[in-house]
Amino acid sequence: MLSKMNGKTRWFSDFRKHKTYYFMLIPMVVFFILFAYLPMPGLYYAFVDYDFMRGLRSPFIGFKNFEFLFRGGSQSIIWRLTKNTVLYNIAFIALGNLCQIAAAVILKEIKQKYFVRVSQTLMLMPYFVSMVIVGVITYNLFNYNYGIINNFLNSLGFEKYDFYQNPVVWPFIIVFVNVWKGLGYGVVVYLAAILGIDESIYEAAYVDGASNWKRIKYVTLPLLKPTVIMMFLLSLGGILKGSFDLFYQIIGNNGLLLNATDIIDTYVYRTLAVNFNMGLGSAAGMYQSVFGFVLIMVVNTTVKKLSPDNALF
Amino acid sequence: MKLNNKHAINNTVHIKHSWKDKLFQIIAMIVITLVAAGCVIPFLLILSGSFSSEAAIAVNGYSIFPQDFTLDAYKTVLSLGNRIPKAYMVTIFITVVGAGVGVILTSMSGYVLSRSDFKYRNVAAFFIYFTTLFGAGLIPSYLVNVNILHLNNNILVLIIPSLLSPFNIFLFRNFLKSIPDALMESARIDGAGDFKIYWKVMLPLSKPAIATIGLFLALAYWNEWYRCNLYIKNPDMYTLQYLLYNMLQNIEKMFSEQGLAAVGIQIPSETMKLATAILATGPVLVFYPFVQKYFTGGLIVGGVKG
Repeated sequence: MLSKMNGKTRWFSDFRKHKTYYFMLIPMVVFFILFAYLPMPGLYYAFVDYDFMRGLRSPFIGFKNFEFLFRGGSQSIIWRLTKNTVLYNIAFIALGNLCQIAAAVILKEIKQKYFVRVSQTLMLMPYFVSMVIVGVITYNLFNYNYGIINNFLNSLGFEKYDFYQNPVVWPFIIVFVNVWKGLGYGVVVYLAAILGIDESIYEAAYVDGASNWKRIKYVTLPLLKPTVIMMFLLSLGGILKGSFDLFYQIIGNNGLLLNATDIIDTYVYRTLAVNFNMGLGSAAGMYQSVFGFVLIMVVNTTVKKLSPDNALF
Repeated sequence: MKLNNKHAINNTVHIKHSWKDKLFQIIAMIVITLVAAGCVIPFLLILSGSFSSEAAIAVNGYSIFPQDFTLDAYKTVLSLGNRIPKAYMVTIFITVVGAGVGVILTSMSGYVLSRSDFKYRNVAAFFIYFTTLFGAGLIPSYLVNVNILHLNNNILVLIIPSLLSPFNIFLFRNFLKSIPDALMESARIDGAGDFKIYWKVMLPLSKPAIATIGLFLALAYWNEWYRCNLYIKNPDMYTLQYLLYNMLQNIEKMFSEQGLAAVGIQIPSETMKLATAILATGPVLVFYPFVQKYFTGGLIVGGVKG
């Protein structure tokens, strides 16, 4: 009781001394309460048969929504969604980082600074446009009647290929588009890390007669390795989070392609906007949040053991 | 003679070295040029398509170089009532207001979090950080926004939920931590209060971080379509990107609403999509090379870690 009182008076004296700090934080606190914490009790919707008219008073059905999602083992909805989400993310992370590192490492060696600057600007272009535009571009490339690629096939005398009817090609297209869009941003980040390497090491290597290739192999890459491993580990924590706008703008609600391209986020969106089965959507969303949380915790604990400086918290 | 020999060896080593490096430089520049071209060509594709005639595209399909030159697509797009100007107004409004207010709120929160004399800074930081670890997800958020906050079909839904982000707040806090404490102390001795130190000392010093965050915010607001899709039903409040998306989905329907199809005008629907895409993203593509340095500069100084 006494310690509680003490705590209260201590807080109050701190409040009196730094009133301004507290006032300046009000917008931030209100913002996160309204948009992040207030929705959290809504996880309860995962356990109801959601009815628009009744809202929170919809009938409670226990774990029925989860049963529906998990029914059928390897044929279940949740297995398909998880598999797609995780595999796409692994491809995004692996290929994306590989291309970004390769481009940054090469840019570091190029001596014409003007060339480096211009090419970096051009590579950032896709980062600055919305996914809607990306959708326009993919449509122009792959559509059956006017698409560039089918045009090209046609002019070479091959038969046209109907991309929008064939699910097999889309995983490759989506991964490619994602790598393309994120390349410039990643190059900025990795080039900053490379430019942070002590220049005297490069000079020493140069004096020893090391070629460009050898400097990459024996200086840049080994010194970049810890950064890369940590970034890779940390990005594994977000492997259940999907990039909704990428999938939605490229695929939309095209039922033919959904089997190969449906991720948790697009499924949840459809329960909200197309099927109006929000209980199911909340259950899928809760599954994503809870497992995502566990995943981040595991990753962070691992990173903390390997190198405490790089841990997230 | 011995000396001469040594010199010769040295020379050959040097020549061999520079020959290899030259080859490397050439290959490196070719590779980077190809990659950079791959990043730009899709946009040229849209641009050249938007200036082509519908007939040329119907016959030859899209191409990288313009097949002919006509402004028909732009004329038709702009004849669609005042949809495009309205969408421009909405987009400019949310971009200016959102980025302006967002920068002020972000810097204010980041400033307090960076103060070592604020006792509960770690509690506050965790309060923010936790939201990146665990979230309720789309449906609970949607229901709060619609049923409790009544943001449905309200232009504020395009602005308020994106004002603050943990990433931006921590970026600003980390930037401020690089400013020496002595500056703050001397301002305090001169009698400045906590808010005055923020407004008169910290803000002017943190221009690079403000530019970066402002740019991130402005870009996100300009490219906004997601919340518009979820919450906005009134076409007068469509953002540019959402208008474009909507147009891609049902261009024919739009024409019949406008009564144009009935008049029997041949609709340049394919080129129109491209012209709208150019109108929607043109300002970004024109501006970004000039502001790019703030984007990269502040990002590097602020660090990315929470």
